[in-house]
Amino acid sequence: MLFTEDHESFRRTVRGVLAREVDPHVERWEAEGRFPAHQVFAALGAAGLLGLEYDPAYGGQGAEHSYTVVLGEELGRIGCGGVPMAISVQTDMATPALHRFGSHELKTRYLAPALRGAMVASIAVTEPDAGSDVAGIRTRAVRDGDTWVISGTKLYITNGTQADWLCLLARTSEEGGYRGMSQIVFPTDTPGFSVGRTLSKLGNRSSDTAELWFREARVPVANTIGEIGRGFQQQMAQFQNERMIATYVAVGAMTGAIERTVAYLRERRAFGAPVLANQYVQFRLAELSAKVDLLRHYAYACAEAYQRGEDTTRFATIAKLEAGRLQRELADWCLQFHGGAGYMEETWVSRYFRDGRLLSIGGGADEVMLRTLVRLDGLEP
Amino acid sequence: MLIAVCVKQIPDPASPGALDPTTRTLDRSGKLIMDDSDSYGVELGLRLAEAAGGGEVVLVSMAPRSETGGLRTALAMGAARAVLVSDPALSGSDALSTAKVLAAALRRVGADLVLAATESTDGYTGTVPAQVAELLGLPSVTFAKSIALEGPEVVVQRQTEAGYDEVRCPLPALVTVTAGVVDPRYPSFKGIMAAKSKPVDVLSLADLGLGPEVVGGAAAGQELVEVRDAEARAGGEVVVDDGSAYEQIVEFLERVKVI
Repeated sequence: MLFTEDHESFRRTVRGVLAREVDPHVERWEAEGRFPAHQVFAALGAAGLLGLEYDPAYGGQGAEHSYTVVLGEELGRIGCGGVPMAISVQTDMATPALHRFGSHELKTRYLAPALRGAMVASIAVTEPDAGSDVAGIRTRAVRDGDTWVISGTKLYITNGTQADWLCLLARTSEEGGYRGMSQIVFPTDTPGFSVGRTLSKLGNRSSDTAELWFREARVPVANTIGEIGRGFQQQMAQFQNERMIATYVAVGAMTGAIERTVAYLRERRAFGAPVLANQYVQFRLAELSAKVDLLRHYAYACAEAYQRGEDTTRFATIAKLEAGRLQRELADWCLQFHGGAGYMEETWVSRYFRDGRLLSIGGGADEVMLRTLVRLDGLEP
Repeated sequence: MLIAVCVKQIPDPASPGALDPTTRTLDRSGKLIMDDSDSYGVELGLRLAEAAGGGEVVLVSMAPRSETGGLRTALAMGAARAVLVSDPALSGSDALSTAKVLAAALRRVGADLVLAATESTDGYTGTVPAQVAELLGLPSVTFAKSIALEGPEVVVQRQTEAGYDEVRCPLPALVTVTAGVVDPRYPSFKGIMAAKSKPVDVLSLADLGLGPEVVGGAAAGQELVEVRDAEARAGGEVVVDDGSAYEQIVEFLERVKVI
């Protein structure tokens, strides 16, 4: 990927905004179990970071995808996993389908404020009995004239307690399986909607995760994103954006983790020399650095293909699978090389170890990535 | 409302700086960026222009090799255009020569208000803005923490050791802005792209009607005769507490006038 001087200017902007608006507050937000999404998103929106690739008519920046790569890499350098995930939900997980398929009215009312940071968005797909198996969702939207009447439960929803609207996937017909689903913009001030509980998690603690309840909640049929009955397909396309940004963030996070670990091992002495003087440590770090570089350039190839308008399902699937696995391996080694200090809550690497674990589960588990690859590569009997 | 902001383009402080062994001045042969201390003036200028409705911010700079890297950053923040003076004869200019050049450029711009940082973060003389004001015959207000425009006057909260003074003076005027008094905006992607097509008027000394005899190293009234490394810091004083350490600490704090 060719990064120009413009990309570097933009990278300085992202780094500067995050240094001012996010970094100084991470410890407090982690302790409190949530971050102030509206406040942070308003600052990011003012800097034009929330709608990079979107239509300027709705407040987007009209940038090419390579700038999303820069954004993701810099988000990965934040000292926690929760805030980057929450921002990515707003930019690349809850809004792509609305931008791509939504009506002008819907985009004016919900997308434009989300890009300004005036509204917080969530992606509501997962349910108690359907996570990676999206075809198993049971939340229903039954038509009553011009209104959807929605009932069901969504689980593990990022930004769920703070969201102003959800990109909701619900069943809108009795067809079953992959058919008969629709994406609906669901405003969270709709009567019948409630946040069931805020969930406590292994990591990503600064990001709120919620269970959401819908009890005969009524929203206009006009809130349907794109075509009624095409929700599954639209969501699958949206997942590609999710998996790409997740990979870019992971590349930034892993690069930062190696840098921080090397800096620590250069200072930390054992047996009369810096720990970094041990060839075993050097070789392990060199191997990890090489793997991160391979992933980085695979991610860049994916981004270039996406920019050319190609279907990046296979690219994004492999990238996210390998990013998740490498992050687990790398976080484990970074923690190991920190010794006892690494096991302490007060050391950054323990948080990285916890937060990084999600990547192999969220946005489609590793095993679902493998199923997709088996299908794409014709590996079935 | 036309607001001019003086912007210095300096070597990136993130990279170790070097001195030219011949001239003993800062090596400016590499890439230059906007001096961070100028970003506050740019931000205040943009806010004043926005508040005035229809105002415009013009950047004025002097740099070697027609360098515009730092100006593009300020243009990406929202400034409308830039005037850059670049001429090989300017090499080695001291603070007063720099002020003469900036004053000549500012005279062409004809701004209602001129903003500058209190000092640059590479040269640190802190004298150029006042010299520019004197050369232009403008009132000079220094160390502003806030600036407001009220009709034909500029109202400045001027930082002092005790707090701040409120200073009013008629326009046109030159005001220096203290670093850190405002959060400068970061250029958005749109801003970065728009900056590429904003005009930068590159002027030579001849364009300004200045002869080489008034600027450059030969005309400098100051001479750098020697550059030495700063002395290494000595180790601190260790006070061993025998029960009376507090007395020594109090005495020390009184001596350095902390208490």
